[in-house]
Amino acid sequence: MYDSGKVITGLLAFAVLVTLPFWYTAAGGKGGFRPEPKLAPGLEGKKCVESKAFMRASHMDLLNLWRDEVVRQDLRVHFSPDGRAFEKSLTNTCLKCHSNTGEFCDRCHNYVGVQPYCWDCHMEKKLKGAE
Amino acid sequence: MRVLVSLIAVLALAFIAYLGVGIGHADTLFGVVIPYLALAIFLFGIIYRVVTWARVPVPFRIPTTCGQQKCLEWIKPSRFENPYNNFGVIIRVAMEVLFFRSLFRNVKSEIKQGKVVYGHTKWLWLAGLAFHYSFLVIIIRHLRFFVEPVPIFVKWAESLDGFFQVGIPILMLTDVVILAALTYLFLRRVLIPQLRYISLPADYFPLFLIGAIATTGILLRYFFKTDLIGIKELALGLVSLKPVVPKGIHWLFFMHFFLVCCLFTYFPFSKLLHMAGIFMSPTRNLANNNRAVRHINPWNPKVEVHTYQEYEDEFREKMVAAGIPVEKQPEPQGQGTKE
Repeated sequence: MYDSGKVITGLLAFAVLVTLPFWYTAAGGKGGFRPEPKLAPGLEGKKCVESKAFMRASHMDLLNLWRDEVVRQDLRVHFSPDGRAFEKSLTNTCLKCHSNTGEFCDRCHNYVGVQPYCWDCHMEKKLKGAE
Repeated sequence: MRVLVSLIAVLALAFIAYLGVGIGHADTLFGVVIPYLALAIFLFGIIYRVVTWARVPVPFRIPTTCGQQKCLEWIKPSRFENPYNNFGVIIRVAMEVLFFRSLFRNVKSEIKQGKVVYGHTKWLWLAGLAFHYSFLVIIIRHLRFFVEPVPIFVKWAESLDGFFQVGIPILMLTDVVILAALTYLFLRRVLIPQLRYISLPADYFPLFLIGAIATTGILLRYFFKTDLIGIKELALGLVSLKPVVPKGIHWLFFMHFFLVCCLFTYFPFSKLLHMAGIFMSPTRNLANNNRAVRHINPWNPKVEVHTYQEYEDEFREKMVAAGIPVEKQPEPQGQGTKE
């Protein structure tokens, strides 16, 4: 082999780069880790605005739809499949039950590196004393 | 025909994934075994190919240059287009790798009003650059599935990519750009007659394969949302060498993943190896110093030579005796006789 010094250095760099996730995980990343979102206490048995499967896959679509309908068409009431009526509001409806955003929303979002821009405008918790 | 063969090949690969997981439920095969195999073939295949290239001696400098060579003091050399030292070579290769310098030079000749005219055409350069950089950003974005915790630069890449915050999930610009660039690169081969003539299945297949990967990825992100948490668990299992296959992942994900594995496997055997080849091309990675430095061919056989000086030393007396002129006169016989 000619120029073996340069070629081997290049190949080593390439191999390390390609296998970087392996080294990252071995060096201190978490390997077999799966987040468990935690429901706030007292929610057992309560039903969300849509089914669990739908919410798990499409909650972001629903929130987006709610925002557009409220802001653009002033449609403020959401009817769930079983006929219950809810106010279309992240703070007043979603967060009333899911008050523990850090343990519920953020666990999965952080896990897959999703950065929702909900909190750019919404406050996570109502300030004490404020209505 | 060549187009059709490539398209059918890619569709067949996608169908294999659907059959395997959608119907056969061979999740472990498609989620663990094939990915590991593909990675091994990718890594060792490329290393093997590069080592075979490196074993070929390059006795003479053969750079293709396009600038003034360094010669006389008062003629300005083109340091990077015609490099004469390693620094120039590094800049030259970096310009090629990062900015596709040689494509930027692309010139088209046409006959207009009976005259041959030349003009720059940057479309191939633009589409090529857009395609490669989109792919790079997409790969960086995908790191979010392979490492935990997610490094900050991955989040930056995603924020920048979704800068305009269009829709939910936020539209990634690179998703649009890579599809547009691939479409251009494909149409260019089909619509320009000369290019169509020289294009082979090996040219169309990678375009379709990467197109299929991008399409399935886009479908997964925006339309058929599947269990991302499960997918990350699968990916983390792979990189921590403790593979797990969570239940409930959509077969479309396995199609995407299998096509990526096909790309990895195909890599060392195809034109895609220009990724490594660009660094190994003797027409680019050598300094043009043939006139300044003597390069000796390493495979030259050892040649026995007998120079004229040695010849004359051997036969001087006989040559003088026969009256043949010699360059160096024989020493007079005996020092003492000179008086």
